[in-house]
Amino acid sequence: MDLALKIAAAAVLVLMLFYLWPAYKHWQENGPKAEKGDWQAAILPLGAVAALVVLLILAVR
Amino acid sequence: MANTDFSIPRSSQSVISTNKVLKNTYLLLAATLGFSAFTAMISIALAVPSWMYLVSVIVAMLMGIFVLPRTANSSKGIGVIFLVTGLLGFGLGSILSMYLALPNGPQTVGLAFGGTAAIFLGLSGYALTSKRDFSFMGGFIFAGMMVVILAVVANLFLQMPALSLSISSAIILLMSGFILFDTSRIARGEETNYIMATYGIYLSIFNIFISLLQILGIMGDD
Repeated sequence: MDLALKIAAAAVLVLMLFYLWPAYKHWQENGPKAEKGDWQAAILPLGAVAALVVLLILAVR
Repeated sequence: MANTDFSIPRSSQSVISTNKVLKNTYLLLAATLGFSAFTAMISIALAVPSWMYLVSVIVAMLMGIFVLPRTANSSKGIGVIFLVTGLLGFGLGSILSMYLALPNGPQTVGLAFGGTAAIFLGLSGYALTSKRDFSFMGGFIFAGMMVVILAVVANLFLQMPALSLSISSAIILLMSGFILFDTSRIARGEETNYIMATYGIYLSIFNIFISLLQILGIMGDD
């Protein structure tokens, strides 16, 4: 039962890869390119998320 | 002569339409999250076994790939999104039952819930107030998602805690990127279907919660 479920989940995840591939190609070819300061603006909140996760880990230890 | 031109300029119409998509997205998101919480409570009350989580995720993913995109432009889409999110909530309930039975389980679940809420509210607020276009992240986050899916498939069979921890950490960062990406697309009027917009943000929140729960469970020795 457990193995059958894992195989089914793996199959659906591989299917998901085929579903994501066109989206990836579209954004890679037609998506806007980052301008100066764009990555900084994205890394700032993502860094805050990482810091929050570290704080939560410290809270459960 | 009195001005009798009551038409709204094109740019104003576009702003109104964007605000409507944004409002509908957040209303539907709140409703689907509430419905998920309800189905999760039913699942906890019924003490559903943990394998139910995998079954729910498989069925919900198949519906998300094959059914939801075909119905998202009609009223049927609302029913489908409630079905998908209700199913995910039901599966989540079986995982929550497992965590709640652990010594520090309620604290872990509470922290994961609070952390997810803080991440979602913070990132959405940032994307809406900064008014930046985060579409440039599209290629990067879709590529990252594909790598993570391959790692998840491998870990389904390998069951390595260290890989599991790495995958959960990567998912939190990728889903945070998706929240920025999706919210900025809605705010800029690039996403016009509020059902698909809701589904995207819902999945990000769901994945952040599950990953945070896993990280806090492993790091808290649960």
